[in-house]
Amino acid sequence: MNALASRRIIFWAAALLFFALLPLVFSQGFALSMLSQMGIAIIFALSYNMLLGQTGLLSFGHAVYFGLGAFFCAHALNLVGAGKFWFPVTLMPLVGGFAGMFFGLVLGFVTTRRAGTPFAMISLGIAEMVAASALMFTGFFGGEGGIATDRTVGGKILGISYGPQIQVYYLIAGWCLLSIIGMFAITQTPLGRMANAVRDNPERAKFIGYNPTRVRWLMMTLAGFFAGVGGGLAAINYEIVTAETLGVMASGNVVLMAFIGGIGHFWGPIIGAVLVTLLQSALSNYTQAWLLYFGLFFLVIIMFSPGGIANLVTLHKPVWQARRFKRLVPAYSLSGAAGLVMLLAFFALIEMIYHFEAREAASKAFSFFGVMLDPAQTTFWIGTLVMFAAGMAMFYATTRVVKRAWNELTAELQIKGAV
Amino acid sequence: MTSPALQLSEVRKSFGRTSIINGVNLAIATGERHAIIGPNGAGKSTLFNLISGRFPVSAGRIELNGEDITGLEPHLINRKGLARSFQITNIFPRLSVYENLRCAVLWSLGYKYSFWHRIGALREVRDRADEIVERIGMKVRRDRPAGVLTYAEQRALEIGVTIAGGADVILLDEPTAGMSRSETGEAVELIRNVTVGKTLVMVEHDMSVVFDLADRISVLVYGEVIASGAPKEILGNKAVQEAYLGTEQH
Repeated sequence: MNALASRRIIFWAAALLFFALLPLVFSQGFALSMLSQMGIAIIFALSYNMLLGQTGLLSFGHAVYFGLGAFFCAHALNLVGAGKFWFPVTLMPLVGGFAGMFFGLVLGFVTTRRAGTPFAMISLGIAEMVAASALMFTGFFGGEGGIATDRTVGGKILGISYGPQIQVYYLIAGWCLLSIIGMFAITQTPLGRMANAVRDNPERAKFIGYNPTRVRWLMMTLAGFFAGVGGGLAAINYEIVTAETLGVMASGNVVLMAFIGGIGHFWGPIIGAVLVTLLQSALSNYTQAWLLYFGLFFLVIIMFSPGGIANLVTLHKPVWQARRFKRLVPAYSLSGAAGLVMLLAFFALIEMIYHFEAREAASKAFSFFGVMLDPAQTTFWIGTLVMFAAGMAMFYATTRVVKRAWNELTAELQIKGAV
Repeated sequence: MTSPALQLSEVRKSFGRTSIINGVNLAIATGERHAIIGPNGAGKSTLFNLISGRFPVSAGRIELNGEDITGLEPHLINRKGLARSFQITNIFPRLSVYENLRCAVLWSLGYKYSFWHRIGALREVRDRADEIVERIGMKVRRDRPAGVLTYAEQRALEIGVTIAGGADVILLDEPTAGMSRSETGEAVELIRNVTVGKTLVMVEHDMSVVFDLADRISVLVYGEVIASGAPKEILGNKAVQEAYLGTEQH
């Protein structure tokens, strides 16, 4: 028990150090704002998984709590700016948190009466309703333009004004770490465990003294709090909150993050949040077809690893622990190389279609990873199609090699485990 | 005078026009082991669903230790000291055996919906859950997900989850259904052992189990109790022989 406790402290200390040192590696403005976005996304995705992964509630409206937290935080910042009252900017995410918690409590009272498909539908309805209200009540939500705010209203306290992005990054990193610890801690409590039980079998939970509706409602309220903290940080980070922040798109996005990362593991959504943020902000700089790639990526994950990336990782844990990962390396590199050929050809095809359709200019040629491709010439089409077909055939062939290596290895590990 | 552990007065249940339970009167004394038998479709499981609050009664009154529990939600009835098992195994499949039992002891130890206690640090919860793991003989399966256990193991866990909260009235719905001879023998030993000092009501088809465990037997036919008494009386009862035993024992 003591060893476990000290291991935990070491783990969290390492996480703290990691967050603290990250900006030294990624010091450019673009990287720093992306890291800030990731921190916010991590809180949001984890809070979402308190519902989906832990309580079994598929919500299509989680951005409501995030967005409302953001609006309340923006208004609080503006009130401080107007001198109405004083509140330190460092603690401002709490305003968002309590707003999210309040709405989780109120709306959750209605939504958590049902689980399963009815819950999903009701959550979607509420998301639409709140999004519509955001455009109707322009006094509070600012209409299409949203609510602008200023994160520097607190002035300089101990040299921190929250003007420079690096200070905002550390604010987000600090709250992110606290939120991760908080949400992890909740999984280790009676309520957290009963949430799992209610997810598995709400009927049975009733016959061991628990009201499943109450369990869901409490989890919803707590998830609302953390979503609101994330929203508050978003208000501080972007200094503007619009109706999109609580819209259905944002709600859908967090579903993708959770699924891509893996809802079955506490850490899954963190992976998902980081990857999705990376794809969304980095990929969109390189190609207009990024949404297509993003959608395909999601599709591939759901089809081939329904447990998300976290599941792939845990699948390999016993192999890693038995120090037998080497056995998989040849098969994986072979399959990876074939897959890369297939993917490159596929991307080239998509880009060629895109450029063929989009440009009216004289030359449709464009550079693809340093190679000039010209969709106006048939030879390029034939070339990429042949490459794609060859890549696909090779990839298909190599999956069998991977399968065999994997089966041999698991058989070997099972024998070892039995002895 | 102490009131019976469980008392049913004129309990009725109908689904639409179909009447399943037609005025059941039953008094089960504290500490009694009571078996409810009857042909298929007699309404035995429905009766359990009414007592445990899973279905609302259409008419009548149910009392637990003298307290009216008619129409209460299942979790409220459970908190008053009545626990039940299910005919079709009803556990938490993705949780481990230990976690199933830990969840089942939480309410009775007063932790309710707490999100401020670290569950791993709650010694009494841990000890009680581990004690039940041992009593149901699942020590080697402790950390397995309940969903991958064998049928007989899941049935044992079902009983474990039922008794874990320390309820003093236990309802077991066909605890040995689908078991082999030897498994049934083990299950009977387990039931005897975990219900010491408690009131036990069970629905059971296996007559050897019934006569092995029960102090008293009630015979339910077409939603009515046609006889109630000690095993010997029931065996000698003409109406019972006609309605039930006569057709079952060749």
